[in-house]
Amino acid sequence: MQALTSRARQVDRKPMTFIEKIYLWNILKGMVITFKHIWKRKETVRYPEQKRPFSPVFRGLHILNRDAEGRENCTACGLCAVACPAEAITMEAAERKPGEEHLYREEKYAARYEINMLRCIFCGFCEEACPKDAIYLTETFAPANYNREGFIYGKQDLLIPAPGEKKKA
Amino acid sequence: MNIDWFFILEKIVLISGVLVISLVVAMYSTWGERKVASIIQDRIGPNRAGFMGLLQPLADGGKLFFKEEIIPGSSNRFLFILGPSLAMIVACMTSAVIPWGDTLTIAGHSISLQIADINIGILYIFGVVSLGVYGIMLGGWASNNKYSLLASVRAASQIISYELAMGLSLIALLMMTGTLSIKEIVEQQRHGGWNVLYQPLGFVIFLVCSFAECNRTPFDLSEAESELNGGYHLEYSSMKLGFYLFAEYINMFISSALMSSLYFGGYSFPFMDSLGLAPNLVTILGTAALFIKIICFLFFFMWVRWTIPRFRYDQLMRLGWNYMIPLALANMLVTGAIVLYRSTH
Repeated sequence: MQALTSRARQVDRKPMTFIEKIYLWNILKGMVITFKHIWKRKETVRYPEQKRPFSPVFRGLHILNRDAEGRENCTACGLCAVACPAEAITMEAAERKPGEEHLYREEKYAARYEINMLRCIFCGFCEEACPKDAIYLTETFAPANYNREGFIYGKQDLLIPAPGEKKKA
Repeated sequence: MNIDWFFILEKIVLISGVLVISLVVAMYSTWGERKVASIIQDRIGPNRAGFMGLLQPLADGGKLFFKEEIIPGSSNRFLFILGPSLAMIVACMTSAVIPWGDTLTIAGHSISLQIADINIGILYIFGVVSLGVYGIMLGGWASNNKYSLLASVRAASQIISYELAMGLSLIALLMMTGTLSIKEIVEQQRHGGWNVLYQPLGFVIFLVCSFAECNRTPFDLSEAESELNGGYHLEYSSMKLGFYLFAEYINMFISSALMSSLYFGGYSFPFMDSLGLAPNLVTILGTAALFIKIICFLFFFMWVRWTIPRFRYDQLMRLGWNYMIPLALANMLVTGAIVLYRSTH
């Protein structure tokens, strides 16, 4: 019979010899192997100090983008919410009032924009659906929280800081 | 009546010293265990609490003390508490007859670094170590839990099977040395060679059996996590659990000390008497040598644990009865024949 992989090995069902039956010799061989591991490279990543680089296509927490003048891109069209397979996104639209032109790029904006990070599956469909380049997935992931409410991210969590404004912690 | 206050003081200091040392060694064995495991598995291991994680055992102990203490409602309360206490007491008792060093001379008094040099030291150790299984059995029985009960039954039958082979391998050693006092066995090795050279097979059997006696991998059937949810200490929490785990490490320490004393020359080291140093210095160096040997054995215990998986129960029993005991008997016969031949020629 042809083996399926090149690593296939025939199972040895011969009765154990005396050396194998008292186990000691084989245990010794195993111990030589583990002893050699003392000098092997340690695989540990010392997490808070050292971080593993994410892959360039990593999909993490979302951000809401602004344009070059610091105005919000999102027009609350709801395409992301429609595209979302996990139904994690909710939003409420509002009309831009005169004098708010420096805040919102178009006449309609999202007054409320919430993503439930416990529902989100980080598929990135919202990013693909967005016609206004408003939502992007970043390279961070949701930190731990004590209650479920903490995982519902509102606009203040998602919006990137405007130019000259400091990001709230 | 004339009470020798110096004698009493000396013994109290020695007893507390040995107790503290065995507790500290047991504490740091848990650290060592984790470090050895991590090194063998290409990890770093505990490194947060203190330099190289050296404060980790303190943090663990503190955590165990402050954990909630749960005594199951259907358990036998008295026996439930007696179990871990007995395990701990018995583990601490064995250190009394082990010679931790030669004699120190302070202000004209010569102090033997052994708490009690009784002439049946080995018998004493065997007696006390066999009591250790009561801690496990009582704990498992009193928990009123079938997993715990199964584990304690396993532990009991395992220790009985392996104690036989252990005793037989020791008989060969006793025939050779002609004494039951551990101090005297060490002194003989100081002038002759180490016993492991004359009793290699006996040593290997003793080593395997001490793994079984300490419930260490590959013989940790009584706390098999995958089958018995932790075994006899399944229902234990807080420091009572800590006592069981601690007793295991103290047992390991004591059996390492015993193996060093019986087979590897105890506190003697090569060229001990030809260095021409002060006797007190030689004694201290000897104690250091003993502790180096003990640490090597402790490392060996851990090394084996992180190399091989545990045996199946029938394999364990077959190894004990079909291989260890016949081998120990053969070793005893050969040793006996040689001793007899030597004494008649």
